[in-house]
Amino acid sequence: MAKMNLKVNGKKYDVDVDPSTPVLWVLRDHLNLIGTKFGCGVGACGACTIHLNGRALKSCQLPVSAVGVQEITTIEGIVPNAGELHPVQKAWLELDVAQCGYCQTGQIMAAVALLKTKPNPTEEEIESAMTGNICRCGTYIRIKAAIQQAAKSSHK
Amino acid sequence: MEKSTNNQSRRSFLKVSSLAGGGMMIGFSWLANLIPNEALAAANGTNEWVKLTGFIQITPDNKVKIFNPNPEFGTNVMTSLPMMVNEELQADWSKVIVEMGDYDTPRFKSQFTGGSRGMAQAWKPLRTAGATARLMLMQAAANEWNVPVSELTVSNGIVSHKASNKSTNYGALATAASKLTAPTNIELKKTSEFSLIGTPQKNKVGKNIVAGDSLFTMDYKHEGMLIAMVIHPPAFGMQLKSYDATEAKKMPGIKDVFDIQVYKDGYTRAGFDTRAFNKLIAVVGNSTWEVMNARKKVVAQWEPIETTKEMVAAWGSKKEETIPGGLESTDEHMKQMLAMQKNPGKVLRKDGDPETAFAKAKKIIERTYTAPFLSHNPMEPISCFAHITDEKAFFVAPIQIPEMMKQNIISNLDIPAEKLEMKLTRMGGGFGRRAYGHYIVEAGHISKKMKAPVKLIYTREDDMTNGVYRPTYIVTYKAAIDENNNVTAIAIKGGGFPENAVHEHRFPAGAFENYIAEGWELPSNITIGAFRAPRSNFIASAEQTFLDELAETIGKDPLDYRIELLKKAKASPVGKFNEYDADRYIGVLELVKQKSNWGKTDKNVKRGVAAYFCHSSYAAHVIDVRMKDGQPVVDSVVTAMDCGFVVNPEGAKNMVEGAVVDGIGNALFGGMRFEKGVPIQKNLNQYRIIRHREAPKKIDVHFVKNTIDPTGLGEPPFPPVFGALANALYKATGKRLYNQPYLAELNNLTKI
Repeated sequence: MAKMNLKVNGKKYDVDVDPSTPVLWVLRDHLNLIGTKFGCGVGACGACTIHLNGRALKSCQLPVSAVGVQEITTIEGIVPNAGELHPVQKAWLELDVAQCGYCQTGQIMAAVALLKTKPNPTEEEIESAMTGNICRCGTYIRIKAAIQQAAKSSHK
Repeated sequence: MEKSTNNQSRRSFLKVSSLAGGGMMIGFSWLANLIPNEALAAANGTNEWVKLTGFIQITPDNKVKIFNPNPEFGTNVMTSLPMMVNEELQADWSKVIVEMGDYDTPRFKSQFTGGSRGMAQAWKPLRTAGATARLMLMQAAANEWNVPVSELTVSNGIVSHKASNKSTNYGALATAASKLTAPTNIELKKTSEFSLIGTPQKNKVGKNIVAGDSLFTMDYKHEGMLIAMVIHPPAFGMQLKSYDATEAKKMPGIKDVFDIQVYKDGYTRAGFDTRAFNKLIAVVGNSTWEVMNARKKVVAQWEPIETTKEMVAAWGSKKEETIPGGLESTDEHMKQMLAMQKNPGKVLRKDGDPETAFAKAKKIIERTYTAPFLSHNPMEPISCFAHITDEKAFFVAPIQIPEMMKQNIISNLDIPAEKLEMKLTRMGGGFGRRAYGHYIVEAGHISKKMKAPVKLIYTREDDMTNGVYRPTYIVTYKAAIDENNNVTAIAIKGGGFPENAVHEHRFPAGAFENYIAEGWELPSNITIGAFRAPRSNFIASAEQTFLDELAETIGKDPLDYRIELLKKAKASPVGKFNEYDADRYIGVLELVKQKSNWGKTDKNVKRGVAAYFCHSSYAAHVIDVRMKDGQPVVDSVVTAMDCGFVVNPEGAKNMVEGAVVDGIGNALFGGMRFEKGVPIQKNLNQYRIIRHREAPKKIDVHFVKNTIDPTGLGEPPFPPVFGALANALYKATGKRLYNQPYLAELNNLTKI
């Protein structure tokens, strides 16, 4: 066990966990931030996507000891206040993307990170950036359309 | 069983239910379930939920809540089923709150997610519940204003009396309405009068999903909750012999390590009680990562199983099932299936004289098709929460058909039926996997032993190597062609481990005078279960690629040939019974023909067609592909569906798009391989699931417009995707595909 300070969604947390614990389980088990989902544990599905210093990353592959002073953002932290919606989340609702919904927070986190670096992604750029995020229900077409819509709305 | 989401309501429920006798919901029908609510009457003016039928609750300050009875795994029943209720209730849909009902099948009449039956089963009862509540609210208004009900109108949850210029909302009427007797002989709206059903409505839970709220069992938390994981044998055909948990128990955060026997010796299994391994090692601790680490320290010895027999009572029959000993392999399965195809199978149906027709044939084409075991891989791995105390046995479970698990839970955990309570969560996918709730029993055993609230979690590896797969199948299609290029007979023979996929009464049965369908089965210790459109998902791929090749052989357009056969089957159906309605089949083919511009596209467009009927609905797809760097790219898909009256066109369209993507993925990539009983694919880095760039660029979904009562949609669009894709790939590559997954065959790979 080791005591560590983490900065998650702009808030500071003290945790006392095994240093090898993946950030995914620190978030879910210790910080009660359950919007980050467990899908495969091997970085192959993207359900656990978070941002580390603004970049999308699979939290099941990141030991908490490697975080240091880097800032973690989860789905709960992409809007300033609880209950508000990010433009990407709004686009998701407008296009009624979800089926079972389990992968969608991971998809949204990947999409938000993509739009930060590429505000106007091409279809190919979307496919490439999102390739690590599986949707077993097959909502890919709507995800792509929602990302394009969010990109458009942010330029208005 | 009644629970509310906030503490205030929960407390008042406890008060109410004690007045009402406690736990009285069980045994009441959904319509009779109108508990006289003296406590609420006494508390008139507070914002407590007043019950109006088992489906509707209203607060005096006019919040309207509708319960969705069916477990939600992504087919959008949380929206479409409450829409049915509200069509008749006529509350303000934009403000209606929807809530997942707990397990209480008598109250909800049916809680069944599977077999694409949700819409059809709910169609009348849910609208009737809505109408019942509306009529009671109107009666309450009529009583208060002393006017006849016939003079009242309702709109968006407001009851009005025009002549006296009076109006009030449902909230103000709810308490009085709840004391009235429920009316009978209710007349429901005609489809032409619908104002909500048939309009596109967005997911009522959408906001919670995109926010990542706690919706899934995996997310469930409880004070003092422990985390449990299980260890199962590394191979089918193996069982636990002994284990040493000394080191594991010393690991930080670990509470205990012990073995559990899931089902009792001699337990007679019901239809959804399938489980691969009956003795498991359970590791229980404070947190997931600690349990995962401790699990690695358990040293277990495994031994081969003997051939055993188990009683199975399912689908109206009771029989002994053989579970063979031995370590099975995919290559060995393939050899055995090919050998079995050389022998006659059990005749399932025979029309005319196929033997003579084949003997006289000028030409015979014969093609054999195979497909591997598939893993469901729902995005949320298997999980279940259990808290068993002397007072009650409480579960939070992702389960498709809770009622079908009841007997299993109470028998194998020795729980009195009246103490069983189950909260049903949204499921992170299911596809059939979550019909098989052995994990509920496993969680129950662990909670009992620990005397604590426990959440059982499977890792992806646990889930993927735990069985309940789509079976591996083989089928041979054979056609006799005479000197005039007419097809004179069709023969179908299929088998598999441990079932065959032949649907002997489906098309093309009925279209050929001489027809024979045969089947056989071989036992296996690799467990299988329903997978999105069971059996249909394989047989459609074979049938629809064979028909395509047959049409080409006799020089006909594949789409027109299907219509020609169906017209023949309609005009002079062969045989006593054919499952399908030829007109509706033709309907989807005509629609897809028109919408895809079939026959009118540039010849560089490489396209395939397929159609299928299952779960009471009809689907046809036209798929356009091209090859890029040896990989198929699906440019567009045009789909025609006939699933009767479409309740929520928005959700329905999404569902069909998903089925198309899922079909393409499973057809190209899906497959579990076994070597000496060991599942080779263990996680999503080994089991390929379709990803963003492999999805079609475009899917156009068209519904046949009709007013037939709604039928299945989750499954029917799935099976014909495989055939349409294989037929398109033939056009693009010149290679006919017979063995799934197709990408392996395209690339000449010998194993998956």
